[in-house]
Amino acid sequence: MEYTTVIGLEVHVQLLTKSKLFCGCENLFNPDNPNVQTCPVCLGLPGALPVMNREAFRLSLKTSLALNLQIAQSSKWDRKQYYYPDLPKAYQISQYDLPYSSEGCVEITVPSTGKTRRVGLFRAHLEEDAGKNIHDESGRGGDSQVDLNRCGTPLLEIVSKPDIRSAEEARVFLEELRLLLWYIEVSDCNMQEGSLRCDANVNLHVQHNGETVATPIVEIKNLNSFRGVEAALEYEIRQQAKKFEADPEGYRIGKVPKATHGWNADRGVTFEQRGKEEAADYRYFPDPDLCPVTVSDDEIAEIRATLCEFPASRRHRYVSKLGLSDDVAGVIIDQGRRYADYFEAVASECGDGKQAANWMTQDVQRELNERKVEITEFSIPAAVLGTLLKQIVAGEITVKSGREVFIVLLTEGDDGSELETSRVNEIIAEKGLKVEQDTGKIESIIDTVVTRNEKAAEDVRAGKLQAVGPLIGQVMRELKGADASAVRQMIIDRLTK
Amino acid sequence: MVELSNEDVRKVASLARLKLSDAEIEHFAQQLGGVLQYVHVLDELDVSDIEPMAHAVDISNVLRDDETTPSLPREDALANAPKTDGRYFLVPQILENA
Amino acid sequence: MQLSGATASQLLEAMDSGEMTAADIVRAHLDAIASLDESVGTFLSVDAEAALTQAAEVDRKRAAGEPLGPLAGLPVAVKDNICTRGRATTCASRMLENFVPPYDAHIVERLNSADAVIIGKTNLDEFAMGSSTENSALKVTRNPWNVDCTPGGSSGGSAAAVAAALAPLAIGSDTGGSIRQPASFCGVVGMKPTYGRVSRYGLVAFASSLDQIGPFANDVAGAALLLERLAGHDARDSTSVDCPVPAYSQSVDQPLEGLRVGVVQEYLGEGTDDDVRSAIETAIAVYRSQGAEIVDISLPHTKYAVATYYLIACSEASSNLARYDGIHYGHRAEQFESLVDLYAASREEGFGDEVKRRIMLGVYALSEGYSDQYYVKALKVRRLIRNDFDAAFQNVDVIVGPTFPTPAFRIGELVDDPLQMYLSDICTIGANLAGIPGISIPCGISASGLPIGLQLLAGPFEEEKLLRAARMFERETDWHTRRPSLSQ
Repeated sequence: MEYTTVIGLEVHVQLLTKSKLFCGCENLFNPDNPNVQTCPVCLGLPGALPVMNREAFRLSLKTSLALNLQIAQSSKWDRKQYYYPDLPKAYQISQYDLPYSSEGCVEITVPSTGKTRRVGLFRAHLEEDAGKNIHDESGRGGDSQVDLNRCGTPLLEIVSKPDIRSAEEARVFLEELRLLLWYIEVSDCNMQEGSLRCDANVNLHVQHNGETVATPIVEIKNLNSFRGVEAALEYEIRQQAKKFEADPEGYRIGKVPKATHGWNADRGVTFEQRGKEEAADYRYFPDPDLCPVTVSDDEIAEIRATLCEFPASRRHRYVSKLGLSDDVAGVIIDQGRRYADYFEAVASECGDGKQAANWMTQDVQRELNERKVEITEFSIPAAVLGTLLKQIVAGEITVKSGREVFIVLLTEGDDGSELETSRVNEIIAEKGLKVEQDTGKIESIIDTVVTRNEKAAEDVRAGKLQAVGPLIGQVMRELKGADASAVRQMIIDRLTK
Repeated sequence: MVELSNEDVRKVASLARLKLSDAEIEHFAQQLGGVLQYVHVLDELDVSDIEPMAHAVDISNVLRDDETTPSLPREDALANAPKTDGRYFLVPQILENA
Repeated sequence: MQLSGATASQLLEAMDSGEMTAADIVRAHLDAIASLDESVGTFLSVDAEAALTQAAEVDRKRAAGEPLGPLAGLPVAVKDNICTRGRATTCASRMLENFVPPYDAHIVERLNSADAVIIGKTNLDEFAMGSSTENSALKVTRNPWNVDCTPGGSSGGSAAAVAAALAPLAIGSDTGGSIRQPASFCGVVGMKPTYGRVSRYGLVAFASSLDQIGPFANDVAGAALLLERLAGHDARDSTSVDCPVPAYSQSVDQPLEGLRVGVVQEYLGEGTDDDVRSAIETAIAVYRSQGAEIVDISLPHTKYAVATYYLIACSEASSNLARYDGIHYGHRAEQFESLVDLYAASREEGFGDEVKRRIMLGVYALSEGYSDQYYVKALKVRRLIRNDFDAAFQNVDVIVGPTFPTPAFRIGELVDDPLQMYLSDICTIGANLAGIPGISIPCGISASGLPIGLQLLAGPFEEEKLLRAARMFERETDWHTRRPSLSQ
């Protein structure tokens, strides 16, 4: 059976503001302490009124610029009306017919094909999040609990066009979107905490008896991990293909109503969600409590100036300019903007991207993991690490000595010292780690060592190069700081020429 | 007279979350029908080129700075609720994807 | 000095001169409430103890020479759809009978910081929906001039309280005439400011784009004094306009030179009571005699105002009142089968007929397939109505006419005919749709002994002009000094 998969995603992203969208309550994930971040406004108490958060709107505009969306000169706020216990006003303030932005795209590179694709976006609009309902899972039909801490959190809804052609592409799109929004610091995109959520619409366009026919669209709700998105879509695609094969005339769009499914990650299956008692009629209308918002070209330019280089472009640059492999570049990019910034600062200070990348992905990463901290809390400033690596790159100290200095720096930094770049050379001097550059001195030490180890020297002369190891070791011990490969070469030259 | 069937009124009542008796449905059908009939006086006007006026004042860009203000203590937030467990609002089981 | 029934200025003077204390004044009004409110039914709640404590605090401040607010010691009655922290705010609805807000409305904060004494919360049509206060689920309020008549509505409690001399000042809200019409019925001054002039924060919403809080008083100066305190920008209401508040109480006595008074023919159409018509004509003559130019004008879209108003008001109301679902606050039904049934049963039990009717109309007007034909069309006609006023105010300073086509009607007279009740709002709703200020002042007594109101309208933010024009009439007449026999 030949078919094309058609997927569109609807992504909800919580914005990183200090306060909620329409009131001054703290915007903070706090499920263990329910109903402590509410006020008359977000409780929807009679008489309370919303006032728009400037920063939330600014972050929305920033997002639109990153997603190549067109920004409307003027947009308004509408009420979307429905009843649900986590929505105390019984309407959600959202945007209906005049969203603040529309028509954009995201470029993705699909690993399995290596191809770059452009996924179109219909729109992005700003709205308020609802609270959270917690259902009684005992099966005894107990009351549900409602926590309104989250109610009124600024939420961006980003709606893609049905341009996605596989479950893998959907995952990659979502990963790329997450990375982008995380880099431009509009959201922490933490899927566990629900700050990035995804619904997917999927159907198949099947080649059937010389014509293309579409299967009914299924919406899968509340996908809360990248793996979940991919797995749920794979499952749903297989289901649709099966259903179509079983009933090619009946299982078609228009003949079967649009269904809403949930995803059970434990069992790896989607399931039909209970049909609504009535067709949704949200009765949108402009919220009379809120005024329209207009945006000038100057404001857009100002926000554009605050945008950083996007992750895709950085990844590309790390490969083409810094000589990193795709994998290593990806690993660094995926650690986030601050991590990548740190890496770039180190790389630029030491002048060797690969050296910097090695240290980042090994030594630095290990220490971060051990301390369970972010790069922003790391006690060695990038300039200091860069200065250290510069000594290694220049051959002034060995990598081994570098590690020694690194540990000292780390200890001092963890103890609360403000590390200066000058500290690097101080430690090298204190420990006498500087690579001995005086070849005369090295040669005289080699002479001494060779004299002490006649047997080994004989073996080397006889071509048994593995015997050079112990000799290098003894020389290095005498020298403290030296380039081992240079010493090796000098010993070989001394014995075989 | 704009004909509002009992079925129309029932649908509206359901959207409005109002549990109306059959007698009330009948009664509202008549009264609402009368009012709707009356508001069709607006059909005399050609308003195709007129911009809707949703606000009584023409102001825009009313935004507040992103600053936090104290929230209500939980006790106050829950004080008017018909049913709570002291931490959460309580509602009868929400039937969804059960 | 008779304290109950005195004007705000008289009371302030008596306190300034040391003739009376705030406690004397508050006690006198509490006494009046105790003896008369049984028959009028204006207050839903009176907190005598809190009022006396507040009065004592004012007297203490005065004795200590501490600065006093501009309303120090004046009793103010507040409509019970305005939130008062720790004090029930019922909207005269079963739904909110036990609702105690955890916060004060903006204007309550303003009153408190002005050292006013909130003496009680007044009755209203449930959620301010009505023109007679008969839709209150909690109490019947009667017209102090004739207890068989309604006080008007929806701010009937506040208007009747001032008329019955139970408070010199009161607060109401006006969505389609809910301050001006009861002021007219009760023979007091009532004013709806420009939309955005007074913060709506803490006013329980009926129709958000039309609602506005305003003052009642027993003379124009009292209204000026109170408005001056209520008005001003509030960052918590996005529709609150940030523009300076003139000192209305200072300028109110200055007559306006070269005043151009517009007379709208559409406001004196058939159905206008003869006594009302002749009172208005006399009022116009009063202006003419003071050198005002009288200009006949037309507001051609007036005949569409009622339909436009009810579509917009009900649409917004259906959304504003959706929150009362028995979950987070308000009435919850005891018997229900499911969550959806809980909503529907709670709302069925908590709301009265008029509220249900308007919610139903609003839901219908916004529903899929009907929204363009009803709600959106009404928004367009609203603009035409606003344009009519803009054009009129090119040629006149104020528009005068009757506040209501008739004096107060009898209790029960119109309850079964909602449409007829709506149609009578013809003179007042234009100001709400256009967002302009309006005032009703007493201008006569009908043959049946009921007050008649003169409505004046002005352009946006022209409250100062409106008050001065109203005062020009008031100083030439003595209608505002008439009191119903009830309180004499």
